Amino acid sequence: MIVGASLGGLRTAEALRRSGYAGPLEVFGDELHAPYNRPPLSKDVLGGEVSHAAVAFPQRATTADVEWRLGTRVESADLERRVVCTADGSEVRYRALVAATGLRPKRLFPRTASLAGAFALRTVDDAGALRDALTPGARVVVVGSGFLGCEVAATARRLGCEVTVVGSARLPMQRPLGAALAAEVMRRHEERGVAFRMGMSVVEVQGGEAVEGVRLADGSELPCDVLVEAIGSTRNTEWLSGNDVDAEEGLRTDSAMRVLRADGRSWEDVFAVGDVARFPNAIYGEVPAAIEHWNIPTETAKRAGRILALQLAGDPLLDDAIAERFAPVPSFWSDQYDIRLLAYGLPALADRAELLAGSVDGDCVFGYFVGSRMVGVCGIGMRSAVMGYRDEVSRYGHVAIGEPAP
Amino acid sequence: MVNVDVDRTQCQNFGQCVVEAPKVFRLNARDEMEYTPVVDDSELENVEAAIDVCPMQAISLLAGR
Repeated sequence: MIVGASLGGLRTAEALRRSGYAGPLEVFGDELHAPYNRPPLSKDVLGGEVSHAAVAFPQRATTADVEWRLGTRVESADLERRVVCTADGSEVRYRALVAATGLRPKRLFPRTASLAGAFALRTVDDAGALRDALTPGARVVVVGSGFLGCEVAATARRLGCEVTVVGSARLPMQRPLGAALAAEVMRRHEERGVAFRMGMSVVEVQGGEAVEGVRLADGSELPCDVLVEAIGSTRNTEWLSGNDVDAEEGLRTDSAMRVLRADGRSWEDVFAVGDVARFPNAIYGEVPAAIEHWNIPTETAKRAGRILALQLAGDPLLDDAIAERFAPVPSFWSDQYDIRLLAYGLPALADRAELLAGSVDGDCVFGYFVGSRMVGVCGIGMRSAVMGYRDEVSRYGHVAIGEPAP
Repeated sequence: MVNVDVDRTQCQNFGQCVVEAPKVFRLNARDEMEYTPVVDDSELENVEAAIDVCPMQAISLLAGR
């Protein structure tokens, strides 16, 4: 049984089948949509026609017999009794469980979740609603200056909106890009007419039924028609509360993606994949960390699916598969106007960034270092050059993660 | 043989496919993705991995004979 019908759930089902598991497979998802690709929702798709068809993952023949329980939210689980409880109160038994429940967006205040004109962006339905509001001339305030906030700002500007980004850091995307590249990307946003209020927070959202504006920490006010909240995410682990798991900052797993009990022993039949998992990575000194990059659900799902299939088959190769080093290389990308960012590694771990190629006002490649060790590479354009550093930033035991990655 | 297809209206030359299946996909001197449309069966697993990691989900397998 897989709980979560997005990228991680889909890739786990595929990996189970590819690794020879032919038994029953149920996937529960609280959205009504079959698995789809989320990154375009803040980029191309938000700028055009938003539809599930535009972003749906192709279904492979191997998973044609998977039972998709879409629109069925799993509310709780009892790992000792091997049973989950769905929103309608029914109990469903499982032989093995994979948690792939991902993230949900944080909101500024509880009431903005139901306030007209206030949006968070995670699902295709969110994107459709936001797209309808991004009309030419609309005054848009984006709170949050990470990748999502900046992508939405770029798309809204392209659609003819008046856009202001409010961010708590000194520069947008400062942690993942470093100061030099972040300042340049900010400059390119400003050149296209986006206003920034950095080092600032929102203390009040104004408006009764519909959003009318926000008040900032310095007392200034920004009237707006559309408020986009891109202030980070919460991991969906509440359905496992009451069980013997470590769910702080994500479900802690061993390197086989099996969920750990509080005492550090693994649940043999409970796995976690994707954004909800906090797993040890050989590149980063085996320190368990959740890495919210798009390629991680696929990597962790393949690992979990293969190991679970071997385990269910009683295959003697299981021990070898578990002992194999697990070292997925984080990768992220972002498109903002014609600024096409691509990165490998975890630049946010670095204490120093260095221009390696190109020039910062054009296409360029930055390296990110802890001492002399390169822990990340990020470029605007120059894809071959960026890729050339992939091996360098992904050496085993390269650097330990001191704190959970961004 | 494995028949590979790339939707050129989707591909944005991320090069993630090159990491997974370097014998099938490559970036040329202008950083544009080029690929070999018909490859040996031994590349199937790598092409499947490339399909998985393509950010634009632009790669597919065509039914072969």
